[in-house]
Amino acid sequence: MIAHFLISRSWVRFFFTVIITIYSGGCNSIKKDDKSESQEVLKDTRAKTVSDSEKEIDLPIYMVQGEKLYTQHCLTCHQSNGKGVSGLNPPINNTEYVTGEKDRLLKIIIYGSNVGLVVKGSTYSNAMPAFGALSDLQIANITSYIRSSFGNNAEAITEEEVSAYRANKNN
Amino acid sequence: MAIATDNAGVQVPEGFGVIKVADSLGKPRHFAITPSGGIYVKLREPLNGKGILYLRDNDGDGVAESKEGFGDYGGTGMNLDDDFLYASSDETIFRYSLDSNGNVTNPNAPDTLVTGLINRRSHATKSFTLDDQGNVYVNIGAYSNACQEEDRKIGSPAMMPCPILDSAGGIWQFRTDELKQSYHNGKRFATGLRNVVGLDWNHEIKKLFVTQHGRDMLHTLFPEIYDTKTSAMLPSETLYAIEEGDDAGWPYIYYDHIQNKKILAPEYGGDGKKTGGEDVIDPIVAFPGHMAPNALLFYTGKMFPEKYKNGAFIAFHGSWNRAPEEQEGYMVAFVPFANGEPSGEWEIFADGFAGSEKILSPDAANHRPTGLAQGPDGSLYVSDDAGGTLFRIVYQKK
Repeated sequence: MIAHFLISRSWVRFFFTVIITIYSGGCNSIKKDDKSESQEVLKDTRAKTVSDSEKEIDLPIYMVQGEKLYTQHCLTCHQSNGKGVSGLNPPINNTEYVTGEKDRLLKIIIYGSNVGLVVKGSTYSNAMPAFGALSDLQIANITSYIRSSFGNNAEAITEEEVSAYRANKNN
Repeated sequence: MAIATDNAGVQVPEGFGVIKVADSLGKPRHFAITPSGGIYVKLREPLNGKGILYLRDNDGDGVAESKEGFGDYGGTGMNLDDDFLYASSDETIFRYSLDSNGNVTNPNAPDTLVTGLINRRSHATKSFTLDDQGNVYVNIGAYSNACQEEDRKIGSPAMMPCPILDSAGGIWQFRTDELKQSYHNGKRFATGLRNVVGLDWNHEIKKLFVTQHGRDMLHTLFPEIYDTKTSAMLPSETLYAIEEGDDAGWPYIYYDHIQNKKILAPEYGGDGKKTGGEDVIDPIVAFPGHMAPNALLFYTGKMFPEKYKNGAFIAFHGSWNRAPEEQEGYMVAFVPFANGEPSGEWEIFADGFAGSEKILSPDAANHRPTGLAQGPDGSLYVSDDAGGTLFRIVYQKK
């Protein structure tokens, strides 16, 4: 299932141009369980078609929901370009922590991290708070969004994968 | 003097010029200049294994030709007196002996002056300054944003009382003539200071002054109270005059320069309006939020015009916690002083370090001012830990 919606801000447009390229072969990331939430978004975003129409593009639903969640919870520290803050908050672009093993990323997002992560040779000192209070779907959206943003191009994480991660007592 | 073309991109008041002393220094933080003009620079991370650089300008054009290094640790703090160079890692203050030419005689075997200072990564840098009575004042930053049980986590309650304040979140005083000191033989000189990076002893009135980094994330943690614009402006960055025993109120209150009040922190029941901290000190100057005052220097030189005499220069590293709003700072401010008190409004003295008007994210800034020092001729030097540059601002008499 694919959401149709419109974007008016220019930087977002640029960003989605990249996304279109990445997903031009079609995308398969929206799951049946997402129906109610994604239908709401469809209504929501189609409404935008009338008010600020510029052009219509296709992209996975997690890019819409994930961007909202990123703006709310992550952007102030990791910044609008995902490059973080030198010495304090690590970059999330072009790093294995984000684009690599899914479980490692889920662990950091769900449980937080306060170990002074070393990313590309530099140490980052601020604590990453735990976001385990978010739902499995929200975590799937947010992780999928950052794995496909800021130049990243890694496979999406599904709600089921988040549920399975949480259910595994070894995690 | 090799005044840079276009002042190396730095905007200074009329009559001033800028020399680029050195670049490619890695991440220079605080630094100190000897009476003969040698420059010792502390690096945040060692560069080619050297955490301290020694720069010399041998031909007097203002540009350093020679660069040596020693010390295998990163850090921020650096100061000197007549006999010693002092440098800090995130746990320890080391002391090196200086000969009469200002050269370090024991680069590989410094004395350990103070050690065992708490380092839990967040706000770990140990900036310090010296008075004229053999005391060193060191910042031990709080390893926390707002003393929540879980740092920076939405909904995590604040701790009451804040247990961090026993060993951090303040200024500790030690001696410069005793080795291997730690908490047990130091003194907590002031408390309730979240993280002080800039501090200087004012020799005119013999008093300690410090600049505090205010707390982060008012909007992120309390979106129902603070919108992003308010959260970008608040809380104030603050300059305090410190007496022994003072409490500046962190984490229970913050300063709001718009309301000119100490406001109860939202973690402790605040709503953005309720005041608090009746018993804690007020700042003597409050600046807009998150600009990160990383260095403080009282100007005692003879080079600059009279208005700058005994006034305070403050290097602002530039903000990150204003996102998604535009970032601010990335400049050196000046506060005029008379008789040890601010005598007028603060102003921007040197600007343009970022390299563009609009900065959305700190990685876009070319330079971020981090340290200040005064040269023997009264020049003002500024270090930059983003571009690795050392600038020297001179006044060119007409």
